Formats: sequence, C-alpha cells, structure tokens
Amino acid sequence: MPPAVGGGLAGSELRPRRGRCGSQAARAVGPDVATEATARSPKRPAPSSRRFEAPGRWALLALVTLMSFATRFHRLDQPPHICWDETHFGKMGSYYINRTFFFDVHPPLGKMLIGLAGYLSGYDGTFLFQKPGDKYEHHSYLGMRGFCAFLGALLIPFAYLTVLELSQSLPAALLTAALLTFDTGCLTLSQYILLDPILMFFIMAAMLSMVKYNSCANRPFSAPWWIWLSLTGVNLAGALGVKFVGLFIILQVGWNTLSDLWHLFGDLNLSMVTVGKHLTARVLCLIVLPLALYTATYAVHFMVLNKSGPGDGFFSSAFQARLSGNNLHNASIPEHLAYGSVITVKSARMAVGYLHSHGHLYPEGIGARQQQVTTYLHKDYNNLWIIKKHNTNSDPLDPSLPVEFVRHGDIIRLEHKETSRNLHSHYHEAPLTRKHYQVTGYGINGTGDSNDFWRIEVVNRKFGNRIKVLRSRIRLIHLVTGCVLGSSGKVLPKWGWEQLEVTCTPYLKETLNSIWNVEDHINPKLPNISLDVLHPGFPEIMLEAHMVMIRGNSGLKPKDNEFTSKPWHWPINYQGLRFSGINDTDFRVYLLGNPVVWWLNLLSIALYLLSGSIFAVAVQRGARLPAEVEGLSQVLLQGGGQLLLGWMIHYFPFFLMGRILYFHHYFPAMLFSSMLTGLLWDTLLRLCAWSLASFSLAGHVHALGILSLLLGIAYSFYLFHPLAYGMVGPLAQDPRSPMAGLRWLESWDF
Amino acid sequence: MLGFLQRPVVVTADINLNVVALTAVGLLSRLWQLSYPRAVVFDEVYYGQYISFYMKRIFFLDGSGPPFGHMLLALGGYLGGFDGNFLWNRIGAEYSTNVPVWSLRLLPALAGALSVPMAYQIMWELGFSHCAAVGAALLILIENSLITQSRLMLLESVLIFFNLLAVLSYLKFSNSQKHRPFSPSWWFWLMLTGVACSCAVGTKYVGVFTYLLVLGVAAAHAWHLIGDQTLSNVHVLCHLLARAVALLVIPVLVYLLFFYVHLLLLCRSGPHDQIMSSAFQASLEGGLARITQGQPLEVAYGSQVTLKNVFGQPVPCWLHSHQSTYPMIYENGRGSSHQQQVTCYPFKDVNNWWIVKDPGRHQLVVNNPPRPVRHGDIVQLVHGMTTRLLNTHDVAAPLSPHSQEVSCYIDYNVSMPAQNLWRLDIVNRESDTDVWKTILSEVRFVHVNTSAILKLSGAPLPDWGFRQLEVVGEKLSRGYHGSTVWNVEEHRYGRSQEQKERELELRSPAQMDASRNLSFMARFSELQWRMLTVRSDDSEHKYSSTPLDWVTLDTSIAYWLHPRTSAQIHLLGNIVIWASASLATLVYALLFVWYLLRRRRRVCDLPEDCWLRWALAGALCAGGWAVNYVPFFLMEKTLFLYHYLPALAFQILLLPVVLEHVSGRLCRSQLQRSFFGALVVAWFASACHVSNTLRPLTYGDRSLSPSELKALRWKDSWDILIRKY
Repeated sequence: MPPAVGGGLAGSELRPRRGRCGSQAARAVGPDVATEATARSPKRPAPSSRRFEAPGRWALLALVTLMSFATRFHRLDQPPHICWDETHFGKMGSYYINRTFFFDVHPPLGKMLIGLAGYLSGYDGTFLFQKPGDKYEHHSYLGMRGFCAFLGALLIPFAYLTVLELSQSLPAALLTAALLTFDTGCLTLSQYILLDPILMFFIMAAMLSMVKYNSCANRPFSAPWWIWLSLTGVNLAGALGVKFVGLFIILQVGWNTLSDLWHLFGDLNLSMVTVGKHLTARVLCLIVLPLALYTATYAVHFMVLNKSGPGDGFFSSAFQARLSGNNLHNASIPEHLAYGSVITVKSARMAVGYLHSHGHLYPEGIGARQQQVTTYLHKDYNNLWIIKKHNTNSDPLDPSLPVEFVRHGDIIRLEHKETSRNLHSHYHEAPLTRKHYQVTGYGINGTGDSNDFWRIEVVNRKFGNRIKVLRSRIRLIHLVTGCVLGSSGKVLPKWGWEQLEVTCTPYLKETLNSIWNVEDHINPKLPNISLDVLHPGFPEIMLEAHMVMIRGNSGLKPKDNEFTSKPWHWPINYQGLRFSGINDTDFRVYLLGNPVVWWLNLLSIALYLLSGSIFAVAVQRGARLPAEVEGLSQVLLQGGGQLLLGWMIHYFPFFLMGRILYFHHYFPAMLFSSMLTGLLWDTLLRLCAWSLASFSLAGHVHALGILSLLLGIAYSFYLFHPLAYGMVGPLAQDPRSPMAGLRWLESWDF
Repeated sequence: MLGFLQRPVVVTADINLNVVALTAVGLLSRLWQLSYPRAVVFDEVYYGQYISFYMKRIFFLDGSGPPFGHMLLALGGYLGGFDGNFLWNRIGAEYSTNVPVWSLRLLPALAGALSVPMAYQIMWELGFSHCAAVGAALLILIENSLITQSRLMLLESVLIFFNLLAVLSYLKFSNSQKHRPFSPSWWFWLMLTGVACSCAVGTKYVGVFTYLLVLGVAAAHAWHLIGDQTLSNVHVLCHLLARAVALLVIPVLVYLLFFYVHLLLLCRSGPHDQIMSSAFQASLEGGLARITQGQPLEVAYGSQVTLKNVFGQPVPCWLHSHQSTYPMIYENGRGSSHQQQVTCYPFKDVNNWWIVKDPGRHQLVVNNPPRPVRHGDIVQLVHGMTTRLLNTHDVAAPLSPHSQEVSCYIDYNVSMPAQNLWRLDIVNRESDTDVWKTILSEVRFVHVNTSAILKLSGAPLPDWGFRQLEVVGEKLSRGYHGSTVWNVEEHRYGRSQEQKERELELRSPAQMDASRNLSFMARFSELQWRMLTVRSDDSEHKYSSTPLDWVTLDTSIAYWLHPRTSAQIHLLGNIVIWASASLATLVYALLFVWYLLRRRRRVCDLPEDCWLRWALAGALCAGGWAVNYVPFFLMEKTLFLYHYLPALAFQILLLPVVLEHVSGRLCRSQLQRSFFGALVVAWFASACHVSNTLRPLTYGDRSLSPSELKALRWKDSWDILIRKY
C-alpha cells in the first residue's frame, strides 16, 4: 500500500475500509496491507459492529427492507381516486400506452417507466385522468402505484447501506432506516403515481454505488470497482432522465470524482499512465455511459410516441412532420408562396406558436380598441391568414389571373381568413411590452389603410428570391413605422385568453422572436409537392425537445396574489400539500413530513456544523486526538461531509430558481439530511460513551440513546400515520377531530 | 518632560512621486472640462431625480440600489448649493443655471481619478515591480469607458473605487500581518477593509460580490493562521475575533448607518408613499401622517375605518363597495348573486369607509367608554354609505371561480340567507387577547360560515366593475400571504346615529393628533424589503445587451448627442485593452492550471513565495473579474455595457501580472526578454493610440464629420450616431 501523499485528511481517503470490498482487498493485496488494516483497526469507530457476523447483518437488512415494503404497500389502493399530480403523470403514462405525442417539462424516463408499469400490469390506457378526485372504478391503477411504491420502498435499504458504508456502524444505519421508514412524507410521496419516488430511487442508487466504489478505491480496476463505477453512471442517467433536478446528484458525483482524481494525481507512486487509466475509466463510466443512456431514453421516447397528440403545437414544423396524424406528416403542399395562398405562420422561437387572431377586441385602455392579434400554441382555424398584394383587393385565386409568387422584399398584406381583417400595426404601445408597438387586426373585408402593409424578407437571402414554405426564415417589417413583427413570449391576461403577446418591435436586432416560418400552405392553383426534406435528424429533435422543456420550465412562474411555497418553508416542515380531499367528509391525504423526524433533522444539521467545525479546527491546530476519537472524527468529517454536501446541493439551488416551487421538491435533500442525522447521532453517542468511559454505565449510554431515538420516532409515526394512510372526519381545526392535538403548527391544514 | 525641547521635532515623509504623478494625471483626465456638456447625459436623468428628492428631503423608493451611492451624489449637489429644482425628464435637456453641474459630477470623477493611483498601490502591495504597477495604473488611466463613466453623475466609478479600496486595504492589512499584528496601522487597514466593503455594497448591490471575495480570501488566510502552531490559542482567538468584528460586524453597522442617514434625510412624504405600509407612511411628514395624526389607536365597536390591503399588488388599494351590483350573468355565461359589488379601489374615496359592528347590537356608534375589538372576536362590517353588510357565500367569484364571491348583502327575499359574520384574526398579535389597532395591526377576516378568508385577488374587473380590483373569499387559504391581510388606515369613532348625519361625518376628513413612530429597525427592514422586491417593468432598451456581448465589446451605448453638431458622448471601451485583458485572463487560467497540476506531481516551476504571490494576484484580480461578471448571467434585469466595468477594472489589473510573469519567468534568455519588452511597448503604444482616436467620443468635445464617424465604427454593432444633413 503506497503511503498517501498530502497527509492529514487527504491520506485517509485511501485507508482500507471494512466493507466487503475492503476486506477482500486486504486479502488480495498482501500481508503488509493486511497488517496495516489490523494496525488501524483499533481506530475503527464501530467496535460493536465487529461482533455482528455476516448472517446477522443480512438479517438486519432483510428486516429493514421488510419494514419498508410493509409500510409502503399498506393500504396502497386507498384512495381509489386520482390524487394530486397523478392526474398528470398517470395521463402521461397513458399517452405512452396509446403512443400519442405530448409535451411535458420533465424528461421522459420517469413517465416511460410509469407507462411500462401500467402496460405490464394490464392497464389499457383508456382512463382519462381528468382531474384529482376522479374515481378509477374498473381501471387497473395498482400496477402503476405498486411500481412507484416498490421504488420508494427501496430507498430505505439504499440509505441503510449507504450509511453503513460511510460510518461502518450498524446503529447509525438502523437509525437512518427508521427515520425514513417512519417519515410520513416519504411514505406519502412513495404511494402514488408520481415522478418523485422514481427520481429519489435513482438519486439514492447513484449515491449508494458512488459510496461503494469509493470503498473499493484500494483495489482499482477490479470487477466490483468496475461494477459500482458503471452502476453510478447508469443511475446518474436515470436521475437526469426523470427530472432535471437529477443534475444535482451529478454535481455531487462529479465533485467526488474530481477530488478522488486529485488525490490519485498527487500520489507520486502512481505513474501518469495509471492516472490516465483512472481518468479514462471515469470519463467512460460517468460521462459517456450516462450520456448514451440518456440519449437512448429519448430515442425510445420518440420511437414510442409516433402519433400526433396534444403536444404538437409546442414543436417546430419540421418536428411535427414526424408524427403520424399530424397534417404535416407525409404532407404534400405547394413549395413556393404565391399571392392568394392561405397560410399559417409559426414563430421560430420554440413554444410560442402560430400567429393568431380572433373576433375579440383589445380592451379599453390598452392601445387602440381593435381586434386582438396573438400567438397561440394549438392548431386552430383562427391561425389561417391569406397573403395578398398591398395595392389591389382583387381575388388572386381568380383562375383567369396567372400565378404570381411572393418574392423577398415584396410589400404584402396579411388578411385574417375568419374575420377578414388585416394584420395592422401603429404607434400605440403594446399591451405588455410597453416599448413595442401594438399589433391589431384592422379593416373591414380586407380594406384597411396603409398601416396594413408589411415588407416580407427572408433572412440571409437576396432580394427577388421566391419564398419557400417551412424552410424560409422570414421577417415581416411594418412599412410605415419600420418595426418588425415579433412575439414577446409574454402571456396576456384573461382578456387575451392567456395567449401570447404579439408586438411590433422597433429594435431591429435579429432575434428568434421576430423570425417566422410559413407552415401550412393551401393554394389550389399550385401543384402539391411532397416535402420529404423535412426529416430532422435525431440530434436536432433532441436539441429541440430540450429547448422546449427549458422554456416550459421557466414559464412556470408563480402569479401575484397566489400562495406559493418558499424554500425556507421546507426544512421546518412549515406546510404540507393536500394530496386528496378538502372537506371533512372526504378521504384526506396530506403530504407532510413527520415533524419529529424533520425537526430532529434540522437540529442535527446545526449540531453537525458545530461538532464538525470543532473537529476541523482541532485537526488544523494539530491537536493529538485519542485513537478512538480520531476514528470518529474521520467518520464525521468525511462520511458526514459527503452527506452534508448532498443535502446542500439538493436544497440550496432552489433559492435561485424563479419557477414555481412545491414542498415535494425538498424530499431528495431530506433523504440526505436523514442519513446525516443517523450518522451524527451514532457518532455523538459514541463520543459520549467514550468520554464517560470511567463510569460503570458508560457502555449503555450509546445503546440506550439509539434505542430511545428509535422508539421516539416509531411512536411519532404511530401518532401521525393518518396523514399518509388517509383520514376521514372533522378537520384538525375542529377540536373534535382525533388529529386536533397534532396540529402543532397553525399552517398545517389537514 | 520637556524632551521635545532637547531634540528637534522631525517629520520624515516618504513621497512616492509615481503616486503623485499618477494622481495628477488621473485628476486631469477625469476633471478636465467636467461641466461639459451642460445637459442631462443618459442615466443622469435617473439619478438626478433622486438627487432632487434628497435636496427637497422627500421620501422616495428606488429598487436599483442601496442609498449610499445616491447620497454621495446628493452630497455633491449639497456642496454645490443645488436646490433640487430641475425637471429631470429627458436625456439631452439643457441644465438650468441653478444646477451646479461641476460639483454634482465631482465626486464620481474624483473616485475615478483616485482609482488610477490605487491600481498602482494594489500591484505594489501584491509584490510586483514598480514597472508593472505603473503599467496597471496607466491602463486604468487610458481606458475610455472608465473615463466616460467617471465624468458623469453615475455610480459605477464610485463602486469601482470602493472595490479597489477594499482590495487595497486588505492587502495592506495582510502585508502588515507578518511583521506588526495589532499595530495601529494593522487595525486601520483592517477596519478600512470592512468600511470600504460596506460602502461598495451601499453603492450598488453588486458590490456584495467583491465583499464576498475579500471575505473568502480573508477566510483562507485565517484558516492558515489557525494552522500556525507557533501562535498560542489565545492569540489565534484574538486574531479571529478582530477579523470577525472588522469584516462582519462593522460592514453591517455601516450599512445600517447608510439607511439611518437616508431615513433621517428623507422625512417628507412623496410620490412613492403608496408602496409603503400605512405605518411607514404615517412616519413621514405630510401625506398620510397629516390624515392619520391623532386617530384613536384602538378600533372599537362602532369605529369607522378604511381597510388597506397589506400586499398591495398590483396597486395599493382599499376595500370598497358601491351601489352597483354584480351582473346577473357574466360574459362567459356563469351566474352571479346579483348582490352589491365589493372591490378594492386604489384611490381615496368616501365609499372606502366601513363601520365595525357588534353582531349582537344594532347601533353603529361607539359607546362611552369605547369597547375595543380583540383578536378572535366576531364582527360585522357595515359599508358606510349604503349600510349594507359585508357578506360572502358559496357563489363563484366573477374572475376567480375557485374562490367565493364577496358582496354587500341585499335581501332579495330569495333562498339566499345573509352570511355576514367575520372572525377577526390579528396576524401580528403578541398575545391572544390583543386589541385591534389602527395602522399597526395586520388582520385577516375569516368568514364564520365557510372559513373563507377575505382576499384581494388582484384581477381588474371588467367594465361593469369599473375596472376596480376583485375581492374574493379564499377557501383554500394556504398559510400567510399579504393579499389576505388588511390594516386599518383611517379611523375615527362614529358618533352619528342617523344615516344622513353619518354620511356627512364620513365625508368630513378625520382629524385629531398624535404621532406613532416606528422604530428604526422596523423602518429599515420594511424599506430594504420593498427595495429588493419592487419591480421595474422595462425589460428592453435600445442599448441593452447580454453579458456575452461585453467581453468582446460587441455593444455600445450612446450617452449624449449635441443638439446641433454631431459631437457626442458614447460609452465605448478601448478595444485593445479589452481584448488583451481577456487574453490575459485566459493565459492566466491556463498557466495556473498547468502550475497547479505540476505542483501536485511535485514539480515546482515557481519558488514557493513566487507561487503564493501569483496565486494571490489571481485570486484577487481574476477572481474579482469573475465574481463581478459571472453573476450577471443569472440576473433577469435589463443589462447594459456599464455593468461590466467593475469586472473590467479587475481584469485590467491582471494584465501587468501576466506580462511581468511571462517576461520574468517564461522568457529564458535576455534576447527573448528584450524582444518581449519591445512587444509590450508596441502594444501599449497601440492602446494609447486607440484611446486617443476614441477620445472625441469619450469626452464629446469635438464634432466629427460623418465620414470620420463612419471610420470609427469598427464593429457593426456599435451604434454611433451619425447625423443626416
């Protein structure tokens, strides 16, 4: 075993662990390592754990797993109606079964798995999942719930094993398992058709495999090392494939890998070739493999969803051509734009939609009281416009006239087909973007004024060229004011039916906002040409899908005067989420953490910061710690440090997010914080026992402490279990309710 | 005792002529023709308003930055004897004679001028040669964008000054740490670091990033100090305490001091009063205070009150009702109760008055002695002018169908009983028996029958509701939200029994006297919170840009154009300096990573002290650039080129660091070194040349012909204004 470079903290990273992998390694590498391991073993923080033989450990793990499955599957079928976001994710599962295309702000893996679970368990995708509270009746929903509960139940053995690996202490692992098993929040979140159990499963699995491969560090390139390393990569792909917050665990693994490589790099006994091998292995398993898997999920996603569905309008024209049932699929339309054509105009910016107008006026006080012009994401006959010459009102479709193509630089008029009003702009401020001009529909039966004239330009083309459907990127420049037609992407208030604002911007900067393309094109005088050019490659549609998701996510903004959950509410368990039921006659499920567990977690973070900094300062001051304390401080600083980092990475970024946030976003962080609690209390109690060693009862301090914590947590679960398993009867505000005494915070409304 | 008689009194002064000369040219470049142009230039139009408010001592609210920067500008106005009378409405408007332009622009210009010798000092304290230090100072001196920004009534140069001051004093402090800890100069520089940091934060919020950087470096140094086992524990503790006091406590205190002075100065009510809470408004002279002075404090049964919504979004408004009823059928076909409308109205009106009534009694006057209303009491609210009772029931609200409609009950004798009992819930109560207080108490009205809470939904009603804001009963109330909370603003005890008399009483203004002063901390926290949350809606500007445009100088801002000639001031950087500073950052980063990796493999290219110097210079200069630049990528506000200038100032300091390193360490032979020296001279000459070429746009003193202007348009994205004759 090479001496570790850097001394102090750095060297101990490479110390042999007592995990399975570690003990094998000791046997394999040779006597010197084995002796070193035994020489250090007095420092082991877990003298009691050595007494446990392998069967005992397995039995305990089995017990933990059993408890976890028992709690998660208990009353899984209750309530037999849609709860909370099941309405979305169940519906999306059905879309996969029906193979219809849809749009969601999250990556597809989670919903695909839900769909798969439903498919395998005999759900036929016919249930509509319309709104929370709808009864499932004869539809089979237990397969999907069971799948989520299964993954949710696995969290606990994973947490157990992670803590065991980090602390080498069974009591710590047991405490963690109890915290999570008896947390009503984790329980509730695991029992329904949601993305969260799937996400948390992948996060914990990634964490566990990372910890496992860390403890194989002294036997690099062995089979278990490779397995754990590549499993880490697989789980990272899974986490990111379910929700974008999976990025946080990637950051954590990335940080761990970097510091690992940094230690290897500083080890002068390793040749550069070996270091290069280490680097390559990590690049392969932690970058290439996850990326490949992540991409593969999208490939499956696009392959499965090949029918036109509710998500079409969010995507570009080219994208839609892939979907069977869409009017662009295998479409044959006239290729060049001519006067008299009926067209739809789509913004080049993702998820903005089609230029739209309808027979409603702008309300008084908002610009001129003329017809609204907006963009609209869905296909609709109000998206149709007729392209006309600016100076004549004669019908260009008159068969006697020759076909005249529209060319780059022409002055045109766009007439709305349904209402016969012209696209119009003038010096009035736009409804939302005050510095832009208002765009309206104006005129009667196509007769308006000179403010209806637009110059059509193709980006990056010469004057005089014809304009191609779908492929030409065009700009419409208002002739009188010189502004450019664009969509600001802002949502209009109720009077505008929450469609998006269209403005004429005087700033001629070239942005996607002001670029459009013609999508549908109807002109009976022109021959239809099959448009097989529209086959975007996989990288393009993947990129587009991401752009649309990111825009969708950032569009989820909280409105004014709305109660929103703030990140600082979460760790203090300030307020829960109603999963089902409101009134006292309803079957009510309320997502709320077990306050005993959560407040213990909160206390533990503070205690950890305190004790951790005391130890860190002591080490930095060069204090000589007794061997036992030294071992405990290593567990606290390194194992605990990883968990604390996990908690911070999964929690603090939410403070920076502008999108609307919900309580359940905290749960991944809560897993880390519970693991930290388990590890911390075990270590602190051991320290206590050590410092009281002179007293006769010292040996029992640790055991008693752990036992009382376990019992306390179990009792609190007994008190709060109705939150998760459902309650009927008077609300907790009512003193007659059995839950009345448990409403410890006024903000809890169960 | 009379020792000074026996020995001569000697004063020895070290005068670094470099510093003196640099200060002189700095002053010359920044102060030359300072009062030209005598017209409002760009953002002066914006800062000028606030200067006028300070001069007139009128309260205002500005979300763009803390008050220290504004106060500094106002100090210039005060010194110049400005009376605040100028209409700041248009860029390019000529200043009237009462505006002391020179002294208004003096402080930013001085800050800009002093940055030049400070750059020199920083380089010197970092342990680089005089040559590098002079180079750094000269680069700051000739950077056109810094000159332009310093010569106007703008805050960037002040911010840069305090940023550099914080770094400089920290360096001075940490250099004296080795030899003379706890000496007076050690204390002085340590304290100055803290003060400069809070001045930077007080000028603009982005100053906080430099503060964090200095804190980070200080923390790293302190961590080494802890590891120094030659020091005793007590000694280490003293060191840590001194740092904590100077770098954490003092900045907070100084920051509070800014607000204290700000609130002390602005004591009169003004145009932004409405955004603040009633209690805050009442603490200002005039305005609401004039109305509410001497109102009875405790709300009693029979009190006449106006109820203001605490959240006040989209506009501050008062609970209101009027004769009109909800339309039978809404546009979308839903039905209503056809009861009298209840809205929230953003103007003072006689229809905003409500009377608090005891459900058990009929009279609408206050008993003698008054019977105060307490937390948890059941009350009815009577609309003063129509004497109808505030009511809500299970009918969908006009615009928020998930909530209940709120109305004033009209008995149509249909099967729709009155449900007009409300439980009073004082949110900020201290005990459960608290009395409802005017202005101070924030209350919620919980409907007794349905547990709905009276809430401002914020949606403007259609024409039938006169575009007033919708008020609803929120059934699913989730915790605390300002829109469900109301406070009494105007208040008096009702005396008149008869409706006619009462109407007269309602129309007469309330008056009596007493003052209710908020504590400073309460006012500070409210003001700071409002400043951080107030929203400005302009998200686009002709000259706005994105952070990516800044590094390559792909954008510019036209500041001012002479009304007749084409003399103009244009914010443009010295492109040679910008490009080479970016290049230097890249070279620094690559070299740093290279050295770091090699050190890890025990190959030490640099001696230890040289490496530490190199790392510290990087941490402060490259780090200063990064912390002042990267956060802008996350900001959603409108960004301009001048936001980059604080980062640029740090980046320029990195240039001589890299140049000296390359010439001293990487050039192996004397020949290479001479060659490199010649290159540097040539490069510097070209920077000077560019600076001189752009000078007419920087100072705006010379009118250029259209062809000359076209020749200056080196990038297509520069919007240099060319007059068409």
